[in-house]
Amino acid sequence: MQALFQRFNLRQISIAVSAIVLVTLLGACGKSDKKPAAAVPADATEVKIGHVAPLTGPIAHLGKDNENGARLAIEEINKTGLMIDGKKIFLTLVPEDDAEDPKTATQVAQKLVDTKVAAVVGHLNSGTSIPASKIYSDAGITQISPSATNPEYTKQGFKTTYRLVATDAQQGPALANYVTQKLQAKSVAIIDDATQYGKGLADEFEKTVKAAGLKIVAREASNNKATDFKAILTKIKGTKPDVIMYGGMDATGGPLAKQAKELGITAKIVGGDGMCTEKLADLAGDAVTNVTCSEAGMALSKMANGNDFQKRYKERFNTEVQIYSPFTYDAVYVLVDAMKRAKSTDPAKILLVMPETQMNGLTGNIAFDKQGDLQHGVISLYEYKDKKKSVLDVVKM
Amino acid sequence: METFLQQLVNGLVLGSIYALIALGYTMVYGVLGIINFAHGEVLMIGALVSLTLIQGMMMLTPFLPGWLILVLVLPITMAVCAALSYTIERVAYRPLRNAPRLAPLISAIGMSVLLQTIAMMVWSRDPLMYPQLLPSLPIQLFNSAVTITGKELIIIAVAFLVMCALLLLVERTRLGRAMRATAEQTQIAALMGVNPNRVISITFMLGGALAGLAGVMIATNYGNANFYMGFIPGLKAFTAAVLGGIGNIRGAMLGGLLLGLIESLGAGYIGDLTGGVLGSNYQDIFAFIVLIMVLVLRPSGLLGERVSDRA
Repeated sequence: MQALFQRFNLRQISIAVSAIVLVTLLGACGKSDKKPAAAVPADATEVKIGHVAPLTGPIAHLGKDNENGARLAIEEINKTGLMIDGKKIFLTLVPEDDAEDPKTATQVAQKLVDTKVAAVVGHLNSGTSIPASKIYSDAGITQISPSATNPEYTKQGFKTTYRLVATDAQQGPALANYVTQKLQAKSVAIIDDATQYGKGLADEFEKTVKAAGLKIVAREASNNKATDFKAILTKIKGTKPDVIMYGGMDATGGPLAKQAKELGITAKIVGGDGMCTEKLADLAGDAVTNVTCSEAGMALSKMANGNDFQKRYKERFNTEVQIYSPFTYDAVYVLVDAMKRAKSTDPAKILLVMPETQMNGLTGNIAFDKQGDLQHGVISLYEYKDKKKSVLDVVKM
Repeated sequence: METFLQQLVNGLVLGSIYALIALGYTMVYGVLGIINFAHGEVLMIGALVSLTLIQGMMMLTPFLPGWLILVLVLPITMAVCAALSYTIERVAYRPLRNAPRLAPLISAIGMSVLLQTIAMMVWSRDPLMYPQLLPSLPIQLFNSAVTITGKELIIIAVAFLVMCALLLLVERTRLGRAMRATAEQTQIAALMGVNPNRVISITFMLGGALAGLAGVMIATNYGNANFYMGFIPGLKAFTAAVLGGIGNIRGAMLGGLLLGLIESLGAGYIGDLTGGVLGSNYQDIFAFIVLIMVLVLRPSGLLGERVSDRA
C-alpha cells in the first residue's frame, strides 16, 4: 500500500478527496436530521414551506424547537386535508440550518428561493433574519419570522417581512420599566453578545433606563460563542451595580448568570427573550433564581390553548416547548390562511393578501401594521421558580 | 487592585485549562510535525462520555459522594479519550504519513467535523447540564479581595500536577527519551532501535488523555457540556501552543497560562486602556495582537527552538 501511495500522486489525491466527500456527506446527513419526507399523495399538489433556524451550534436546541412548531402545524393541516381553489394541497416542510451565522443565512435563503418554496417561516435570530430578508424580498416570497425582535427587520422597506412577536423597541422598555419601577434599581451594568439582536435589545434598554435617570455603570460586550465571562463580570463587580442586564441567548446567558454567582455578585440579572427558555434553568444552575427575563409574546401558560399545544408538542416530539415553537406553529397557519384567501399557492398572490391577515391564532390575535409588525404586541415577564419558568407579568406596550 | 487580583485568578484558571489542551497539540506536532485539528473534539467527547458515566453512576450508586464519582469517572474518561485519539491517528493520519503535508491537515478537519456530528447524533443538540460534583460556592481570600470557588482551586492544582508529571515522563524516562528522539529525527531514532509507530501512538494517547481531563475540567467549571464545546478551546489552545513555541512542552504550558492571563486582563482593561474606543468584545484581538507580535519578533514562539523547516 505504502509503495502505491508513493508511486501514484493522483491516487493520493483521489483518496484524500473521496475521504473529504465522505466526511461531508456523513456530516450533512447528521446535520439535517431529515426524516424521509412523508410521501405526497398522488391526487395532491405539493406546496413547500421553508423553515430556517440554527440547527447546529450553541442555540441548536432553540432552532429545533422552532422547527418542531412549524412541523406540528404542517402535520396537522395535512391530516385534516387542505383544499385551495378546489385543488388538494399537501404541505411539505423544507428545513434549513443557518447556524446563527449571517453569511450562511443568505446562502440558505437563496437555496430556499431556488427550491421554489411558497413562503418562509424564519429565521430565528434577528442577525440572520435581516440579511436574509433582502433575498426573499427580491424573490417576492413572504417571510414570517417567529422570533426576530430587532426593530430594523421590518423597517427596511420590504413588502415581504412579517413577524409574530413584539419588537425590542417594546421589549427593551418593558424590561427597563421592570428594573426601574419593580426593582427600584439606581444603577445598572449592561452586557450584550455583540449580535444584531443582543446589541439592539441592550441599546433599547439603555435608552429607557437612561431616560428614567438611572446610572449606567458599565457597558460591556462579549460574543455569542463565549463560555467564560469571569473577566467581564469581575470588572462589573467593581462598579457595584444594582442590576445586570444581558442582551443575548440562553447558551451564553446561563453560564453568565452562573459565573456571576460564583464571583459573589448579588445583583439581579435581567435578560430578553433570547435567554428566556426552559433550558436556562439547566444552564445557569442555582443562579437561575436570580434571573428575570422577558418574552416578546404571550406567555404559553396564558394562551387560551397553550396547555393543549404543550401536550400535543410533547406527544409528538417527546421534549419540552423551549420558547418560540408556538409562534412558528402560528406562522404556518397564517400562511395557510393567506393561501385560502388568495385562493392560490403562488408566492406573489400570497404576498398580496398578507396585509389583510386577521386571525385568532394560538398566540393571540394576529393582525399586522403597515410594516409587517404585530398590531397588538405583548411582552411577558418571567422569573424562575423550582427551575421552571413562571409568569410574573404580561404587559401590553 | 482587588479587580486586578481577581482578574489574575480568572486568568490562571483559564490558562491552566488552555495549557493542558495545548500540550496535546504540541506533543503531536513534536513527533509528527502535523497539527491535529481533531484535538478539540477529543476534549468534547471526553466531557460528554464523562457526563454519561456520571449520570449512570448517580443512578446506580447514589450513595457515593460527588468527588468520589468524579475520581472514578476520570480514569475511564481519560482511557476512552486515549483510545479515541489512538484510533484517530490510525485512521486519519497513519495512512497519510508520507502524503503531502496538506493531506493530513484536511483529514484532521474532516475528523473534527465527523466527531462533532457523531456527538450531536448521540448526545443531541441540546446544551446538557453537567452535575456539580465539586464545591462551587465562592470562597473569599485576602480580605475578600479575591473570590475563587473550590472547583477552580482543584482545577489549578490538578492541571499543575499533571503538567509536572508529564515533564518528568518526557525528560526522565526511557519512553520520554524515545519521544524526544523521534521528534528530533524519526529515521535516525528508528535506526537506534526506537519503534516510531509505537512512540507516535503513545504520544497521541497521552495527548488524548490530557484532552479528556481538560474536557471534564471545562464541563465541571462551566456546568454544562455540548457537542460544539471543543471548537473554541481547541482554537485557543492551538494559539497557546504556537505562542509558546509549537513542539515545545514547556512552551505549551507557558503559552497556555500566558494566553489565559492576557485574555482575562485584556477583557478587564482594554476599555480603560483605549479610552473606551475598544470594548471588552475585543478581548480576543488583545490575545492575537500578542501572538502576532511574538511571531514577528520570535517566529519560533517564546520557547521554541530555531529548527530548519521539518517535513
